[in-house]
Amino acid sequence: MVDRDAAADRPMDFELLVGIFPQVLLDGLLLGFMYALIALGYTMVYGVLEFINFAHSEIFIVGAFVGVEILLSLKNVGVLETLPWPLVLLGVMLAGMLASGALAVSIERIAYRPLRAAPRLIPLISAIGMSFFLQDVIRLVESLWRNAFNLVYPTLEPLNVRYELTSTIDVSAKSLVVIVAALLMLWGLHALVNRTKIGTAIRAVAEDQAAASLMGIDVNRIISLTFLIGGAMGGAAGVLFGVQYSLINPYTGFIPGLKAFTAAVLGGIGNIPGAMLGGIVLGLLEAFAASYLSLLTGGAFGAEYKDIFAFSVLILILIFRPKGLLGEVVRERA
Amino acid sequence: MNPTRIRSVLAIGAALALALLPLGSGPAAQGKGTIKIATQSPLSGGQAALGEGIKLGTQLAVEKFKGNLEKAGFRVELVPYDDQAKPDVGVANAKNIIADKNIMVVIGHLNSGVAIPSSEVYKEDSLPMISPANTNEKVTDRGYPNVNRVCGRDDVQGPVGAEFAAGTLKVKTAYVLHDKTTYGQGVAEAFKKDLEKKGVKIIGFEGTEEKSNFDPIITPIKAKNPDLVYFGGIYDQGAPFFKQAREKGVKAKFLGPDGMDSSDFVKIGGKVVVGTYYTTAAAPASSPQAKQFGEEFKKKYGKNPEPYAAESYVATAIAIKALEDVTKGGKAPTREAVAASIRKVKYNGMTGTIEFDDKGDPKKASYYVMQVSSDNPEKWSENKEAKRLAIAAPAMKK
Repeated sequence: MVDRDAAADRPMDFELLVGIFPQVLLDGLLLGFMYALIALGYTMVYGVLEFINFAHSEIFIVGAFVGVEILLSLKNVGVLETLPWPLVLLGVMLAGMLASGALAVSIERIAYRPLRAAPRLIPLISAIGMSFFLQDVIRLVESLWRNAFNLVYPTLEPLNVRYELTSTIDVSAKSLVVIVAALLMLWGLHALVNRTKIGTAIRAVAEDQAAASLMGIDVNRIISLTFLIGGAMGGAAGVLFGVQYSLINPYTGFIPGLKAFTAAVLGGIGNIPGAMLGGIVLGLLEAFAASYLSLLTGGAFGAEYKDIFAFSVLILILIFRPKGLLGEVVRERA
Repeated sequence: MNPTRIRSVLAIGAALALALLPLGSGPAAQGKGTIKIATQSPLSGGQAALGEGIKLGTQLAVEKFKGNLEKAGFRVELVPYDDQAKPDVGVANAKNIIADKNIMVVIGHLNSGVAIPSSEVYKEDSLPMISPANTNEKVTDRGYPNVNRVCGRDDVQGPVGAEFAAGTLKVKTAYVLHDKTTYGQGVAEAFKKDLEKKGVKIIGFEGTEEKSNFDPIITPIKAKNPDLVYFGGIYDQGAPFFKQAREKGVKAKFLGPDGMDSSDFVKIGGKVVVGTYYTTAAAPASSPQAKQFGEEFKKKYGKNPEPYAAESYVATAIAIKALEDVTKGGKAPTREAVAASIRKVKYNGMTGTIEFDDKGDPKKASYYVMQVSSDNPEKWSENKEAKRLAIAAPAMKK
């Protein structure tokens, strides 16, 4: 493919490489915050139970579905345009958080708690089964209810406004909303875990369940609470994902869920700031790979190699830091 | 026996019982017997809208044309299979289909990537397949006597797009993306090759499996500012891509292959994708015959026909014509005879006159360039025809 090289060698290319840098950075950050929000669900559960909740990708997408259902009903009643958008968005996010949180708690109660004493692999398989089960339940419900597979988020017009920073860089209002909402939630969670009594209890259960229960902590309750918080974060991420990328289907959650799990491992699974850092690093890696690979290699490697590139970097990082970027904070369990 | 042993014996027993089940319920031949027409198309998943259209188009034709076969003493039945747009599911279904000796013809598939491996299975038993929608060249270029299609080919659909882009739109630069599937990449490569021949500069050629977040792909496109962006793929990826690209400020004209040809394209893409061009081998609903088909379809199923519903109808009509020829005098049909007979049919229907060449392509196929003219999915069938070309299928490559 000689022609591609000719196209890539044009003198404007260096300018172009530098020119798109801020935009790519922005795209990557946005994606990264999305991953970070989902990754929290994986990492919180792991921190407390040392168990990977593979059903979290569906908990996440349920939030998105609850969001789209509410927005579509508002639109049908004709009040979507008249209500102030921050109110709508906040309400939809809260509903998504509630639904996903409740779902996560019930999954734990039904599918994980009876297996808590079983060998590690058993609840893991239960979680994978739960994930498939939920995917098809969502598919069933949506096809009975709307006879649709792909659902589209109704646009909130004020969120579609784009702010032009320079001629090549612009940012949409919804991206800003996603970033701000993610930052607020991450900060809130951090404060909750580190500065409140509940947070102390969560950390105590994570460190040693037996000792925590001797200190008068209701371990089951704290575990439920952990699922509630992780699930709620996932639900909020689901709504934000829908608002940002607009198209969802019952299987949409799987890939972002897998990436977020990766982000959690990259940051050091079980570690909350680690999940945030891991998410952002993975988001940036992906965005830079997708935008730059083809430009830098003259078209030999295109955007389709973004995951290979991102995951190669991940493997390298894990070779040198097996416990993840912030992994040393993970405490050994007694 | 210990409990595990008992359990495994039980499991094997259950598996055996399941495997034997179909034998027990074999069809009892009555009168002249049953002729089944199977469809294979995605009835669930992201492309279900198009797959459902194939099933319903076939159903309509079966009900309309089965009269003569029934008079001759045969029962005619439609058996729809869901291939989920997945090659493995398609092949598994194909094995069930060839095992059912009453199935005489398959109408399907939607996806070339599913049709190619599945038709390898049909070929084992010379079961004829007529495809309403598979445009990949390999579908017929294998030269199988049982594989036919009533639609055009990618290696022609690509050039049609290129002809339109260079000749009518007069673009100077183009950015080409595809979805890395047999279909999407095939048509994108054919498009690119032809466009280059016409002197248009290709400033990017990439594949992606991404379905939600196209930001990092769009950023370089926006910076390079091409006159045209082409997406070789299906609407469930193409629509969000075009939507995000337009929202991000890409000013290029958009063009895609017939994978964009579904009302879901505007359902997903909304206002900003109005004006997108797509090439298709599916006849627009504007001709009188197509209009009549559309009305009958809507009356029966309560919705407008999706693209390829009409082609499925035509394919079924051809299959039934061939079946009538084979069963003349009350003979029971064989799959070989039906396959041979399909090649001899000359059918004049709403997509023009169809006559198959020696590898199963229509001797002359029409190709259309359409432009999305409304963001209302109900009005998809009213999209404007921007250009029409009738092109003969290329001869088989040796």
